[in-house]
Amino acid sequence: MIVADRKPINEILWMVGDCKKILVLGCKGCVTVCNAGGMKEVGILASILKIARKKEGNPIEVEEKTLERQCDPEYVEQLRDTYKNYDAVVSMACGVGPQFLSAAYPDQKFFPAVNTTFFGGAVAHGIWSERCAGCGTCIIHYFDGMCPIARCSKSIQHGPCGGSSKGKCEIAPDVDCIWDMIVRKKTEQGRLDDLLMVRAAKDWRTSAHGGPRKSIREELTK
Amino acid sequence: MSELKSGSNLEKVLKAGHFAFTGECGPPKGANVEHLKEKFSFLKGNVDAVNVTDNQTAVVRMSSWAASAMMVQSGLEPNYQMVCRDRNRLAMMSDILGAYSLGIRNMLCLSGDHQKFGNHPQSKNVYDIDSIQLIAMVKKMRDEGKFLNDEAIDVAPKMFIGAAANPFADPAEYRVIRMANKIEAGADFIQTQCIYNMEKFREFMKRAVDMGLHEKAYILAGVTPMKSVGMAKYMASSVPGMEVPESLIKRLQGAGKGKATEEGVKFAIEQIQEFKEMKGVAGVHLMAIEWEHKVPELAERAGMLPRPKVD
Ligand code: SF4
Ligand code: SF4
Repeated sequence: MIVADRKPINEILWMVGDCKKILVLGCKGCVTVCNAGGMKEVGILASILKIARKKEGNPIEVEEKTLERQCDPEYVEQLRDTYKNYDAVVSMACGVGPQFLSAAYPDQKFFPAVNTTFFGGAVAHGIWSERCAGCGTCIIHYFDGMCPIARCSKSIQHGPCGGSSKGKCEIAPDVDCIWDMIVRKKTEQGRLDDLLMVRAAKDWRTSAHGGPRKSIREELTK
Repeated sequence: MSELKSGSNLEKVLKAGHFAFTGECGPPKGANVEHLKEKFSFLKGNVDAVNVTDNQTAVVRMSSWAASAMMVQSGLEPNYQMVCRDRNRLAMMSDILGAYSLGIRNMLCLSGDHQKFGNHPQSKNVYDIDSIQLIAMVKKMRDEGKFLNDEAIDVAPKMFIGAAANPFADPAEYRVIRMANKIEAGADFIQTQCIYNMEKFREFMKRAVDMGLHEKAYILAGVTPMKSVGMAKYMASSVPGMEVPESLIKRLQGAGKGKATEEGVKFAIEQIQEFKEMKGVAGVHLMAIEWEHKVPELAERAGMLPRPKVD
């Protein structure tokens, strides 16, 4: 899923500025799963904003709503009759949400309430970890299902680099060196030879480096 | 290894079977050419080639190709370092062509320290290709006369290709294999990370020799003299992939007040003596960064002078 973290309250307050009435809009997709922007977090953010503004002597009216998904025009359409009732809409979806909203309603302001961070999953209660960088050409079959593009700090295809120490990456003692894991697994399975080849430079055109991407499924477009 | 690949002095010295001696020089944090030239004067005539670091530890410095080119002008042979952190394949290939045009003939291909360690941790990192792919690219440019995309190069750059190996990083068993991978990709010579754990390095070399790697590439052992007990402790605890045995720290401490520096130098000289005899070791790479003025004395005391002249 897409993982996100809520922005600091002061930043959200700054975006909201002098608005008198806003909508805090959650999403039931990934941000609900990673506890950043679901119905529960919408309620919490709305209360915090109201309390903060009341303290400032500048009260704000905050309505709450959570869409099935904000990355789908069908659900975004559900705001058609009400979006004009607010001075601004604060979206708690990943970065995709505010963009679908602003495309659908060009005459309204949409602010992001979360920082969208990565594609990953929960590795323990309350801890999420990155797994994929969406490079567009998956190569993890060469590395036993572990991704050096997203999980190696240098995205190297021939690792580990000289900074790998005791299973940890050179950048910090709490970051696992994915290359250490790859080599260990290959060693345990007696398949170290897989790593001996010199891999060609990666073609980054399918990644974000090739410009904004689109996925067209002909059979569905008809 | 029949005819010369690049014609660099380092290549000639190694090919003639001499025990090579390379040094290192960090370009200034600024455009202080005078200071850089002063460093050159300590190295000239005392080593066969000098590594010129490329924004080492991710701190911005004068570009390694420019400092290398100045070195060529001063009659000293550079070993031009290039890291994968700061440039994509276009910039790399164009810098290689530029460097070659300025008379640079040796190149060391590195991943580079992550920018998190440096003075611009906010920067984007590039890593378009990794160090092994860089080695293969420089080889392709030299031997096939082609860019990475297979287009022909109008006068190919002929570089003597170097790579780094760290016998002390983890997983330990894999380190010789990764060096083999670099040699397979096209490395002509290897310079190792600085060595303090001799026991572990002997094992590393034994495995390398068993695999015949010393016959495919020249392996130069890395030496950095310890200047103080503090430096030894810092390297032991804070430099990833560095191994400093407790016995060495004790030895420096035991030397007594004001004598640790000399003890560190003595240890380095003992190391060099052992490397001269060690099977598979073709030379020593002396990394005396910010200690360049000590190089003449170190070279002399280690019996590395005079440096051979090979035509
Ligand atoms: S190789 Fe690319 S697509 Fe596959 S997991 Fe890694 S980043 Fe994602
Ligand atoms: S230590 Fe491991 S994860 Fe970190 S940059 Fe090096 S190879 Fe990649």
